[in-house]
Amino acid sequence: MRALRFALTLAWREARGSAGRLALLAGAVSCGVGALVAIDSFAEALQDSVRRQSRALLGADLSLASGSRFSATATRLVADLVREGGGDQVAVARVTSFGAMGYAPKGATTRLVQVSAVEPGYPFYGRIETDPPDAWAALQSGDPPGALVDPSLLATLDAQPGDALALGEARFTIRGKVVSVPGDVGIRSALGPRVFIAAKDVGRTGLLGFGSRARYETYLRLAPGASADRLADRFRPRLAAERISLRTVSDDQRSLRSALGRWASFLGLMAFVALLLGGLGVASAVHAFIQRRTETIAVLRCLGATPRRVLSAYLLQSAAMAMAGGVMGAAAGTAAQLLLPRVLAGLLPVDVDFAPSPRAILYGLALGLLVATAFALPALLAVRDVSPVAVFRKAYEPPTRRRDRWWIGVRLGVVIALVALSILEAGALRPGLAFAAGIGVALAVLWLAAAALVRLLRRSTPRSLAYVWRQGLANLHRPANQTVAVVLALGLGTFVLATVFLVQDNLLRGLRVDSRGERPNLALFDIQPDQKAAVEAAVRAEGLRAAPAVPIVPMRIQSVKGRAASTVLASAAVSRPAPDEAGRRPERMSEVPSPWTLRREYRSTYRDRLAPTERIVAGQPWAEGEWKDAAAVAGRAVPVSVEAEVAKELGVGVGDEIVWDVQGVAVPTRVASLREVEWARFEPNFFVVFPEGPLARAPQTFVTLTRMDDPARRGRFQRRMVELFPNVTVLDLSQVQHALEDIVARVSLAIRFMAVFTLGAGAAILVGAVAASRHQRMREAALLKALGARRSQVLRIVLAEYASLGTLAAAVGVSLAVGAAWALLRWRFESPLAVPLPALASLAAAVVALTVAVGLWSSVEVFRKTALEVLRAE
Amino acid sequence: MMIRCEALTKTYSSGGRALPVLKNITFELPAGGFLAILGPSGSGKSTLLALLAGLERPDGGRVVLDGDDLGRMSEDERARLRAEKVGFVFQSFHLIPTLTARENVQVPLELRGEPARGRADELLERVGLRERGHHYPSQLSGGEQQRVALARAFSHRPRILFADEPTGNLDAASGARVIELMSELNRELGTTLVLVTHDDQLAARAHRILRLFDGEVVADNAA
Repeated sequence: MRALRFALTLAWREARGSAGRLALLAGAVSCGVGALVAIDSFAEALQDSVRRQSRALLGADLSLASGSRFSATATRLVADLVREGGGDQVAVARVTSFGAMGYAPKGATTRLVQVSAVEPGYPFYGRIETDPPDAWAALQSGDPPGALVDPSLLATLDAQPGDALALGEARFTIRGKVVSVPGDVGIRSALGPRVFIAAKDVGRTGLLGFGSRARYETYLRLAPGASADRLADRFRPRLAAERISLRTVSDDQRSLRSALGRWASFLGLMAFVALLLGGLGVASAVHAFIQRRTETIAVLRCLGATPRRVLSAYLLQSAAMAMAGGVMGAAAGTAAQLLLPRVLAGLLPVDVDFAPSPRAILYGLALGLLVATAFALPALLAVRDVSPVAVFRKAYEPPTRRRDRWWIGVRLGVVIALVALSILEAGALRPGLAFAAGIGVALAVLWLAAAALVRLLRRSTPRSLAYVWRQGLANLHRPANQTVAVVLALGLGTFVLATVFLVQDNLLRGLRVDSRGERPNLALFDIQPDQKAAVEAAVRAEGLRAAPAVPIVPMRIQSVKGRAASTVLASAAVSRPAPDEAGRRPERMSEVPSPWTLRREYRSTYRDRLAPTERIVAGQPWAEGEWKDAAAVAGRAVPVSVEAEVAKELGVGVGDEIVWDVQGVAVPTRVASLREVEWARFEPNFFVVFPEGPLARAPQTFVTLTRMDDPARRGRFQRRMVELFPNVTVLDLSQVQHALEDIVARVSLAIRFMAVFTLGAGAAILVGAVAASRHQRMREAALLKALGARRSQVLRIVLAEYASLGTLAAAVGVSLAVGAAWALLRWRFESPLAVPLPALASLAAAVVALTVAVGLWSSVEVFRKTALEVLRAE
Repeated sequence: MMIRCEALTKTYSSGGRALPVLKNITFELPAGGFLAILGPSGSGKSTLLALLAGLERPDGGRVVLDGDDLGRMSEDERARLRAEKVGFVFQSFHLIPTLTARENVQVPLELRGEPARGRADELLERVGLRERGHHYPSQLSGGEQQRVALARAFSHRPRILFADEPTGNLDAASGARVIELMSELNRELGTTLVLVTHDDQLAARAHRILRLFDGEVVADNAA
């Protein structure tokens, strides 16, 4: 008690006199805690919203969905389900969704839209908000038929409510705007604005003919008391065999929670990086603090204070400052939460209400305190090394560092605590370990680089350099230098920023439609065989190079290696392996195909040559023209080339048999080769390619690509094509590209938002490190001036020192980022790394500039004060 | 006997070479005595003081301080002994710069868990600095700082006071004032006084003078 009181008193009195330094310590902690509190509070509010809004998200108790019309068996199953779910008390509404070209007849533009044709009653829960408010209810009645559209479509088409909207062969009246749809992620409309029409009017469009892609959904509101989950469990296998997937409210909650949880974990890790940097700041601040307190500690020891008492006083002081920093951070983090919904706008399926979260605040404070104490302890242990004799014999001998069990134990404890916290933050063992290892490697490399520089300079500062450079560089290795702290802090900050930038840049690079190149930017889909010649002629009439139209034959898998798809699907629905803690399902056994590969409709083509985006990785291609003569190949299984990834998911290799259901006709095939496909390029790419011949008479549509540089002309062309061929979909790839860029930009904005905290923590450390050696610097500069140095020389010495520090930190940070980005792209995104040198060089230059700026700013006094002023104050 | 010092030796290593600093020092000092250790720079005076106060361990020999054999005590036990029985005055004052004058005087009492404020004021009054209690060391002159240090050294009524060149950094008038105060307190409280100095005049005020040269006692006026 006595010891505690003394420690508290001393901690408080000492703190008064060191407000600046301790404020830096608090600042370092506050950035990290702020980031953590912001992201955790937000994640909590988000999970809460999901829980409250989940029924509205689905709009029903149960939904059934398929990529094709429900078969007779499926319709019977639905009838059974309705009976068991409460018979007459069950309400049913069907929704059919498909893509279509929309245009206002009075205007000149067209736009690919996502049409949803809804039956009365949908949604059973939640509300689709419209402007005017009663438009949703009125959608089902009236003639001419009505449509409700996204506000963005009105802007694109330059149309107003009341105007006509053409979809296929039908004309709708725009009755109003869709303000919000529960569960719809805002950015989805970037790929195609939404248009709602009544289900009864869908026939008039003539758009659901052969080859068109549509999604068929049935929504059910069960009788009170009926359990959706129990019904789902019973019907899932049988529906799966019919390629119908089934969702309940709790399914939605689970998947949303795990998706949002992963997001939150990722952003949480970014916040944790900021906190770790804060920890480094604490370590450096405490280290510098203790160095300056050597005399005080020695005096206290003389007066009879035990090392433990002194240590406790300084530990209490650090903890109190960390706590103060944590409180500031928590306040900032709670306030930043107000910004997060704006940063994440369009990425969230629910409306999130702002609420300060006591849990997140306490967690952030606890974590901040823990990390700060963990980083402060190793530096504080040096208190034990201060001998009371230092009072008599200043610098007679350097203090010997005790490497006892405390020294080892504390460091080991810190590492264990940090790894444990990484795992906790990542939400799973492996990502947590990988994260801790990544940061550990980055810190180790930075530390080694800084230590190597110090050692190199200590051994030999090049004599050929000008005096100011030699002096500046020598400052990097002189006693009480802050080289390691600055390089660690700035290097880690640079590393995080550059990694995020590199990954983002490389992902977008693959999507870029080259503005100068010859790559196509317009795709014409769903061309019927009898329209092919006319479409090609229309393209040529524009003076464009028409790529040969590529045939597309829709088909499904009937059996793989002798096992019927329906059987595999039904059993997979029963024994779905539970997802692991990261939300992933365990590695699929290679023998059993993944359900999605069997459920989906394959849109395959036939040709005898490889496309430029393809490469055969196993097996052999068939000879050109080999399969054109039906008589010559009668009785042989048709060879197909399967994309390598989907082959893995299907569990097939070269030589395996797949039987396809091509519009009711069974076509037996044998896998002849596996291909790698560069999907990121906008080309007609396919999972499965057949040889020319066997599918020549199968029902098919065509797709063709062309390029048109002038956007206005592209718009006019789209419009003409839609008027001539209402069923043909014209996709403007630059629009798709913009939409994708928009998504990536929003995601990376969220990441950069967190990275700002990291940079903030890094800057705090920089300021702290510079401040730590300011005293010594002032004295040095004063002596130099007294000996005849000009101000400009002193300035250049400071410049040389900070420029070299910044350069080292930036160079190592950027190099590490290149390595990390390469690893992430290779193993996470399976994409090669291209290094944008000019951009990285500017980033590095910015870091150097920041370092020099902070260095100069904190040295202002050094230049301003005269030598006498400084030396007199000694 | 307040101090018994038997065959003390101490060697430092400097640049890999052994540097003997104290060679076989033996003497005794009764309670209430006033000892001056006199000698030129580098003769081992301060090292001897550090060993007597238990700030460091000798390489050979032993020190018994008020009946406690320092060699048999742990670091913490020696710290406690200092907190109980020992006071210090240093050449460069060594006040804690972040504490006010009054707080500096309070530290030894607070280390013992005793009420400190009243006693600190009393001592500051005694050294003529009552009104300066709230000032930080940097706001005081050298002589004032040393008087505060003196107040601190006597605050917990130590049995023994070690003073290392207490006037070394002071002008003659301030130095005389400090020595005067020290002697008064020594008389009033019966404190044993050990004074390290290279000033013969100052040493002459002591009951006994131990002259050191190159780590050895070259003269002892009690012998």
